[in-house]
Amino acid sequence: MPRRLQWQVAEVSDLIEETPRVRSLALTLPDWPGHKPGQHVDVRLTGEDGYRAQRSYSIASAPEANKVMLTVERIEDGEVSPYLSIEVRKGDQFELRGPIGGHFVWTAAQGGPLFLVAGGSGIAPLMAMLRHRAAVRSKVPATLIYSSRSFEDIIYRAELDRLAAADDGLKIVHTLTRRQPAGWQGGTRRIDRAMLEKEDFSPAAKPRVFICGPTQLVETAAQILLDLGHDRTLIKTERFGPTGG
Amino acid sequence: MAQPPISRGFRGRKAPVQSDRIPLGQHLVPDFPVLSAGPTPHVSLSEWSFSLERGGKVLKEWSWEEFNALPQTELKTDIHCVTTWSKLDTHWRGVTIDDLLQAAGLAEAPGDFTMAHCDGDYTTNVPVDDLVGGKGMVATHYEGEPLAPEHGGPARLLVPHLYFWKSAKWIRTLDFLDSDEPGFWEQLGYHIYGDPWQEQRYAGD
Repeated sequence: MPRRLQWQVAEVSDLIEETPRVRSLALTLPDWPGHKPGQHVDVRLTGEDGYRAQRSYSIASAPEANKVMLTVERIEDGEVSPYLSIEVRKGDQFELRGPIGGHFVWTAAQGGPLFLVAGGSGIAPLMAMLRHRAAVRSKVPATLIYSSRSFEDIIYRAELDRLAAADDGLKIVHTLTRRQPAGWQGGTRRIDRAMLEKEDFSPAAKPRVFICGPTQLVETAAQILLDLGHDRTLIKTERFGPTGG
Repeated sequence: MAQPPISRGFRGRKAPVQSDRIPLGQHLVPDFPVLSAGPTPHVSLSEWSFSLERGGKVLKEWSWEEFNALPQTELKTDIHCVTTWSKLDTHWRGVTIDDLLQAAGLAEAPGDFTMAHCDGDYTTNVPVDDLVGGKGMVATHYEGEPLAPEHGGPARLLVPHLYFWKSAKWIRTLDFLDSDEPGFWEQLGYHIYGDPWQEQRYAGD
């Protein structure tokens, strides 16, 4: 029998307001075996009346970081996400087990190029990959195309700017689908064929593709990349539905 | 572990509806979330086929037209995804594994285990006991409509009493085997059997 993934008590050590609707939680764990960028954890909350709820969240931090970071988007009629994104305070505890998943995973040792496509909070597991890439000083060519609703909704905006400015082979392209600030230089529409064709590594470069976001974005981007001639086996997807909360 | 920590101020938003039908760690969703490891395959029905195999050797193969001429069974059932959502009273139509075996002229299943093979190279393992006796089908319709590609259309395995990753999307072959081999997610740390009522999410659960 394989060893069972045990529940352990995570303590919230820091809270970062990423956007008006998104918050990151830094957690300290008594027994963390380490993770690979792209993996997730299960979180279990127990209410005062004994009510329990369980959800999966991607790990947003690099394996090299000394804390496990989750990024939670508030879903208005959600049950767990409003608690984690509004109520929870430093020092609070809840149960967690992981890491889980071995498919939607990239480490620098696997090489590249790395082609990342994200929508909204789907950036979280891809951020773990970019943070890992930076932490190990990888020069693997990488491109991130990131779709957000508005400038204020861009999660990790300042950190992404810093990563892109490092001049180490990472290119980041933003597109804002609902509202753009004055003088906006990035994309202004949903991720489409023209955008993927322009910003993409050519299929001949055999990029490792990771797509994460709402179902419609993932379906569309994956289909376009197949049509452009990308190798199906190099395209990995993860879908964040509205029910993630 | 001992007592789990209580999350101050956390309470369920929704009234616990029919909780005896929702396994531990699951919650109800109104929509039908999509989870797949890769791009959705789009296969033309004229090129689609479904086969029963024994250790990789074809026993019987059906074209889309032939498959749809097989006896159709309707099933109302609850489904439970390992990512913690559940959905009650979903309606499916398809061909039961019992009827497939019979149409292939097989008195009984030629092996105790199966591996489902799908477009997109997905695989999953299911014991025969969990497929026969009306427990499993190859489904082509959901809520009265042809199954949408993102939900596994044109045809997916349906084994609703196991976590939903066992209900393999885009199924093309059911291969009968003498031993239980791990499929795609089962090789990546997910439980070999996946009973939601035992909360068998990950290896060792």
